[in-house]
Amino acid sequence: MAAETIAATEKAVASAPPRTSAGSFKRLVSNRIGSAAALVIAVLWTVPTFGLFISSLRPESAIKSSGWWTILSDPQFTLDNYERILAGATSTNLAVYFQNSVVIAIPATVAPLVLAIMASYAFSVLEWRGRDWVFVGVFTLQIVPLQMALIPLLRIFSGTEISNVFPFLSLWVAHTIFGLPLAIFLLHNFMSEVPRDLIEAARIDGAGHVTVFGRVMLPLMLPAIASYAIFQFLWVWNDLLVGLTFSGGSRTVQPLTAALAAMTGDRGQDWHLLTAGAFISILLPLVVFFALQRYFVRGLLAGSVKG
Amino acid sequence: MGFFLYSKNGQLVLAVLAFVALMAVLLLVARLVDRAKGRGNTPVMVAVFGGPALLLLAVGLIYPALRTFWMSVMDKRSENFVGIQNYAYLWENPAGLVALRNTLLWVLLVPLLSTGIGLVYAVLIDKSRLEKVAKSLLFLPMAISFVGAGIIWKFVYEYRGAAQDQIGLLNAIITGLGFEPVRFLQDAPMNTIFLILVLVWIQAGFSMVVLSAAIKAVPEDIIEAARLDGVNGWQMFWRITVPSIRPSLVVVLTTISIATLKIFDITRTMTGAEFNTQVLANEMYDWSFTFGDNGVGSAMAVVIFLLVIPLVAYNVRQMAKNRAVR
Repeated sequence: MAAETIAATEKAVASAPPRTSAGSFKRLVSNRIGSAAALVIAVLWTVPTFGLFISSLRPESAIKSSGWWTILSDPQFTLDNYERILAGATSTNLAVYFQNSVVIAIPATVAPLVLAIMASYAFSVLEWRGRDWVFVGVFTLQIVPLQMALIPLLRIFSGTEISNVFPFLSLWVAHTIFGLPLAIFLLHNFMSEVPRDLIEAARIDGAGHVTVFGRVMLPLMLPAIASYAIFQFLWVWNDLLVGLTFSGGSRTVQPLTAALAAMTGDRGQDWHLLTAGAFISILLPLVVFFALQRYFVRGLLAGSVKG
Repeated sequence: MGFFLYSKNGQLVLAVLAFVALMAVLLLVARLVDRAKGRGNTPVMVAVFGGPALLLLAVGLIYPALRTFWMSVMDKRSENFVGIQNYAYLWENPAGLVALRNTLLWVLLVPLLSTGIGLVYAVLIDKSRLEKVAKSLLFLPMAISFVGAGIIWKFVYEYRGAAQDQIGLLNAIITGLGFEPVRFLQDAPMNTIFLILVLVWIQAGFSMVVLSAAIKAVPEDIIEAARLDGVNGWQMFWRITVPSIRPSLVVVLTTISIATLKIFDITRTMTGAEFNTQVLANEMYDWSFTFGDNGVGSAMAVVIFLLVIPLVAYNVRQMAKNRAVR
């Protein structure tokens, strides 16, 4: 499939009229060279993932003795690798970590989202003294690297009774806090663009802030909320640093990324397990990505271009 | 009740429910105040809407960051003051210097390469019929975790002795062309470059999407005017396209630089920081969590923070300038 689309891309690139500034650049480098370059880039960007996927479906002995591209001459497929990491012996079973990742990611997406929507209302609609200064402060917090807050935040939780009963609590809280500055910033930008008249009209009709927030703002914010939700989910799902430090290596809470990272260290040559494990870990993000690509791109642009 | 307390899924449901209930109660209180007091109730509203987030940021980010500063001038158990001794480690110790050198290499190469590739690709596929599909292909690695990408590329870089069949794609190509197989991840200093390429692979999609949007926003009339002046494609690219999208280029470059400074996942997954591939962010982790020395670990976190500041300052200045122009 990839080859087809690339070939088609090449054709399309070649026949596109040079109407933009980019277009005439293309004309200069000549369509042939230009589309060859685009093709090379596209291949380089997809083949590694494709190779991982093919390998994950090959038997252990085949993976370890020949390259995945030999499937054309020697097709051997099996689901054994997936069976081993999803239902096999404890030492190679990743199913529990997959569940951990889900249990970590859902509250760690919902909480910062709700908190940030509410906070952005305080920063864009409510008028109070010092508001802009506090907002600049929150914006600035984005530059604090995770590493700066890690150890002291960890200490707040370690050894407390509540983190024994709720082992995921510290991970939820950590992800929530680390996600908040960007979330507030993005959603505030979006909320500031809602016309003032709309809010004023509702206020004159006697609506309180809670009503304006729930009935006027929330429905208008849905696209922005969707983009941020995707970001936060992918960010939490793909995180290693928080998962590694806050889970303390415990099997009960460790996310999939941390388990996989450990596996590359301990079983670096077990490619049948690594390929299948890696593919399982990127499956959910890929589904989310393809299903909600539109919102994903919109969020990216909102975060970086508008500023 | 047992379900909520003793099973993971139960705790997940409980956490979401408890959180939503808490927020609902807060909003309910706000609503009652709203009704009772009419318009003079802003402080309560600010507390309800902004309070929870600000409180969490103060406790979970500001306080820990300040404490990390303090820990960076204390000994490994944070008991005695040691001044800048923890920082001195970085330039007095060969391992510290290697990490510093590698980190600089990362911050230099990743933004330049990923922005360059993203820009060229965005230009090449602009206005083509299958632009959307072509974009998705480059963009796809953005959804993959650094750990996942690390495994994908470790497999591509895999090395086997010359006598064996290669299972890594790159070495298969190299031996197929008649050369000796290359130990991509073991031989310094090139191994750092090969790790850097993995992050380039992930970040190029980001720059491509942002720059592509910027290219489309270049006004038609500027392009037409330039064309009437007889500008050729090369000049069009350097004199019209690049200057027009400069603000976006700055944002992309600085954003990727900042992200690069904090990355430790790729090094950790692919080489375990061995073979001279150590970077600051990973060394910070090792000192704090493997060697249990919070002093040096915190000092490294502070150094990362200090390296980020000029980038952000530059970014903010550019944004302010662009706003003023608009």
